Amino acid sequence: MKQRKLVVISAGLSQPSSTRLLADQLSAAAAGAATRLGVTLDVQFIELRDLAHEITDNMLTGFPGTSLKQAQEAVTAADALITVTPVFSASYSGLFKSFFDVLDKDALVDKPVLLAATAGTARHSLVLEHALRPLFSYLRAAIIPTSVFAASDDWGANSVEGPLRARIDRAAAELARVVERREPAVVTDPFALTADFEDMLKNL
Amino acid sequence: MQFGIFSVSDITTDPTTGRTPTEAQRIKDIVTIAKHAEEVGLDVFALGEHHNEPFFSSSPTTTLAYIAAQTSTLQLSTATTLITTNDPVKIAEDFAMLQHLADGRVDLTLGRGNTGPVYPWFGKDIRAGIPLALENYALLHKLWRQHTVDWQGKFRTPLQGFTSTPRPLDEIPPFVWHGSIRSVEIAEQAAYYGDGFFANHIFWPASHTQRMVGLYRQRFEHYGHGSADQAIVGLGGQVFLRKNSQDAVKEFRPYFDNAPVYGHGPSLEDFTRETPLTVGSPQQVIDKTLGFREYVGDYQRQLFLMDHAGLPVKTVLEQLDLLGSEVVPVLRKEFARLKPAHVPDAPTHASLLAAGNTAAVKEEVKA
Repeated sequence: MKQRKLVVISAGLSQPSSTRLLADQLSAAAAGAATRLGVTLDVQFIELRDLAHEITDNMLTGFPGTSLKQAQEAVTAADALITVTPVFSASYSGLFKSFFDVLDKDALVDKPVLLAATAGTARHSLVLEHALRPLFSYLRAAIIPTSVFAASDDWGANSVEGPLRARIDRAAAELARVVERREPAVVTDPFALTADFEDMLKNL
Repeated sequence: MQFGIFSVSDITTDPTTGRTPTEAQRIKDIVTIAKHAEEVGLDVFALGEHHNEPFFSSSPTTTLAYIAAQTSTLQLSTATTLITTNDPVKIAEDFAMLQHLADGRVDLTLGRGNTGPVYPWFGKDIRAGIPLALENYALLHKLWRQHTVDWQGKFRTPLQGFTSTPRPLDEIPPFVWHGSIRSVEIAEQAAYYGDGFFANHIFWPASHTQRMVGLYRQRFEHYGHGSADQAIVGLGGQVFLRKNSQDAVKEFRPYFDNAPVYGHGPSLEDFTRETPLTVGSPQQVIDKTLGFREYVGDYQRQLFLMDHAGLPVKTVLEQLDLLGSEVVPVLRKEFARLKPAHVPDAPTHASLLAAGNTAAVKEEVKA
């Protein structure tokens, strides 16, 4: 079995949160789909609520605290991400955006990312398309075609095998296929020189 | 090992009294602080360069020359001199001039400056920060070592048959430190020329400074200037001292919480844990500072930031008293005891003169 690293980022604030619930279902489905393709996913969860102070501190000081640094390193080294945000004021939450604002701008380049969001009503579902997708396009992530939106209705009675389940499984299968096809992520050392001094001077 | 202080020249409201010093007062205070640094036995005073409020120090060599006239042993330096937006010709001339007036007690630390709006005021673009630093220093290096310079580059009017005046004192260029928080290119530049590397150190975690200094040392050896542990390293530091550590924390907290750079962000406790900041007793400062060499190796210069964030000048002078009487004497002894004999001190004009660098420079002039 191939081993690959999946990091799941959840920006839910309450406990329990439907954002985390969706994140759990997506990661479980992704792990299952990957197993069927011969890939073991090593799954790590990052709850942005726990990092809220350090994210703000990072904006003010320019460097991440210990826990945030570990989270950033995990994201950078991940073979794939699942990101789930609640919809606040017609977009991703400020905390969700802030996490990516203090992440190195190249950390997500060519990284498979499954986008997901939760809200009280299905009328917010296009947040995935007008907010999340452009953000991750800017970060040059390899966005999984199917993104997943869950409204309060989706968590109601008789919905376990409903349309949300089908979307989760389709997105998870797409993610698993992409991860299975790819080489493991390579982390570049920020302290590595890319040119020696004479070359730097020549190519000003 | 050299010990000293560096100032960024901020004019900040004292958060405990609401009082803001006038520019005139703060400028005179800096002179008092620098003179007191010498009085309490420190070796170095370094001054920043800024062209925007709330800072006053747009003209460091003027200030340093005035301080030089009122001191006798203090080494005068900068923290930092902007190699990106200044004309290297003017840097060459200003610092050679200062060398003559200060009898050689001059070195300088070059930095790029990270304030975006400043660049266009000087006709430059922050996106070219690294190329500007590389090209401008290549010219500065040449101007101090060659009498007559023909030069053409990307960022400046070409020079034909140009001689910067005055010539460096005794034909020995001021020693140069290259300062950088995170640009590996600058560590590489310092290593290439065999110059010093100054790590700001105070705003970032130790693990980061360790990597930057490690890279500089490795490349210093690669370029044949000596072994990695002979490279010339300076570090920033930041302390607030009282006899009892609780008193130090209580007094410094409002200044920390409202400081321009990191205020309203991490707690004092978080920042103390993550960065070199020490708020406490002289013994705590001694312990933490001695710990720096465990991750950067034996180093040559330790500068402390003491006069920022609206601290009243009276407090700053008391801080210098404690630093000079209770901290630095112990650090001098301990660092000296730990340092192997083959690790050099930071070059000064006097040491370079004694080492006969004049001849080497003359050779270069002929060639």
